[in-house]
Amino acid sequence: MDWQAFWLTIRLAVLVAAVLVVIGLPIAYWITYSRWRWKFLAEAVVALPIVIPPTVLGFYVLLALGPRSPLGRWWEALTGHSLAFTFEGLVIGSILYSLPFAVQPFAASFSAVDSKLIAASATLGASRTKTFFRVILPLSISGLVTGVALSFAHTMGEFGVVLMVGGNIPGVTRTVSIDIYDQVQMSNYGGANQTALVLVWIAFVVLSLVYALNRRIWAIWPWK
Amino acid sequence: MALEVERAQSAPAEKPRREDVEGRALSARIRKTLPGAGHDFVLDAEFSAAPGIAILFGPSGAGKTTLLNCLAGLNTPDTGRVAVSGHVWFDSSTRQNVPVSERHIGYVFQDLALFPHLSVKENVEYGLSRVGARERAERSGSILDSFRVAHLRDRRPSQISGGERQRVALARTLVTDPCLLLLDEPLVALDAQTKGKIVDDLRLWNQSHRIPILYVTHSREEVFALGERVLVLDEGKIIAQGTPHQVMRAPRHETVAQLAGFENIFTATVHAAHEDRGTMTCQLTGSSVQLETPLVRAEVGSVIRVAISAGDILLAAESPVGLSARNVIPGKVVSLTQRDVMVAAEVNCGVRMEVHLTLAARDSLHLDPGRSVWLIIKTHSCHLMAV
Repeated sequence: MDWQAFWLTIRLAVLVAAVLVVIGLPIAYWITYSRWRWKFLAEAVVALPIVIPPTVLGFYVLLALGPRSPLGRWWEALTGHSLAFTFEGLVIGSILYSLPFAVQPFAASFSAVDSKLIAASATLGASRTKTFFRVILPLSISGLVTGVALSFAHTMGEFGVVLMVGGNIPGVTRTVSIDIYDQVQMSNYGGANQTALVLVWIAFVVLSLVYALNRRIWAIWPWK
Repeated sequence: MALEVERAQSAPAEKPRREDVEGRALSARIRKTLPGAGHDFVLDAEFSAAPGIAILFGPSGAGKTTLLNCLAGLNTPDTGRVAVSGHVWFDSSTRQNVPVSERHIGYVFQDLALFPHLSVKENVEYGLSRVGARERAERSGSILDSFRVAHLRDRRPSQISGGERQRVALARTLVTDPCLLLLDEPLVALDAQTKGKIVDDLRLWNQSHRIPILYVTHSREEVFALGERVLVLDEGKIIAQGTPHQVMRAPRHETVAQLAGFENIFTATVHAAHEDRGTMTCQLTGSSVQLETPLVRAEVGSVIRVAISAGDILLAAESPVGLSARNVIPGKVVSLTQRDVMVAAEVNCGVRMEVHLTLAARDSLHLDPGRSVWLIIKTHSCHLMAV
């Protein structure tokens, strides 16, 4: 079993899930409460990674990160190396790929918060920020947990985007799923099975945690 | 056609007293169109409210909650002006619109909107984040005491009773010392006794905090129990205002009559005016019944509406003599319906009239369908309304 690939995948998934909390919460907030008439277009763009093939997404991310795009050139001027086929590039591709798996549960739980509570908070003198952190977020914990767990698990198992954006560089961009693919290519079915079983177990444990937390959310959360 | 009495009653609204506008009063002019399924709903209300409890009364769908939301800033009026204690909160002509969180209002919602994840104490202290910790604890402690919910401070809203929740919601709002209090049917789900206690709490609080309180209800009992003043809203418009007695006992508007529970409302033609006696004679349309009614400024031959409360009509089993009541009308009992401890009798006297009497009265008069009776109606039990 390739522990290097395994450790790299865990690092990638944790980082992506963390970044998605930071950027996913404001996006979900905006999607839930904006009254912009073209909002549905933004919602469609956020949901796009669910339906387009990972290779298509990976292809465009690769182009966007490459030396011919403004972003790629800016990054290269800043750091001296290209984003494509690096861990950072992998993080960017994975964030885009897992964005809907974080934003949609966040937005669903925000919109389930009774609008009367938000109105009550405002009449009691609370700013929008205070209302978000004291009312909306505490009542959306289950959605937050679901979004984090789904984006973590989804990143753990991705293949197409990683291959397109990162290639297959051991210790840099070779993730567990690519490792499995390599072993199958080399007819090492036993090794592939071992790694695949570990992935299945991780997915199962994560999802079990999500459902257990969602059911007993008030019992587990440490509020008195 | 407008009746003189109606003009006299609506006059104070057009010229609010000077001190009402300058003091801690609310003055509002709101126009808002809400797109509806069949036709657009238009809220178009202008009124002022002095410190004290003003009842906002009207049928469901009249726009009561929309009006409160416009005052609170949760909805933005299309045009108009809202000012409290001389501070302008909204003015469409100067594009002023103070955000909800900076208006210092108290708003108790119909479903209370207590924060389910916070304890009673945390709910009450939610609006006090701008004061110091010690003052916050003092203020929340004293209001929890005065609303008799101090022993529940660590419970969640889901762990206390309905009446306790109502008191916590009131306490959470009042502790912030608002300059306008909006109450949207806050007591609708309570039994009469609990309701009475909370109303007493509210009155007591209002004695030491003289601010305007708008209290929405569609309960007649609450109008009389609470109101120093009542505003009647129907289809987005304020159709009557005054003391509960003026508005509810002697309605000038048919919607008010229906809301106030006048069971008998008839169309009539003015037959003769007796200015020396202060009365006039009206003939009910579609019958030969003539009623003596109070005199209003209406021309002979014009059409008006007459409202008579079913409880204001007397029934006699034989033709009565020597009465002060001027209207004695023969008729026949059509049906008798028992409702709890009273009986509603339908009497045909050329028009159908509903009369309310007690069970004992029904039995001692031996009332049955088909029995001949006489209806006795005092002149001043006939309330005239413009058509």
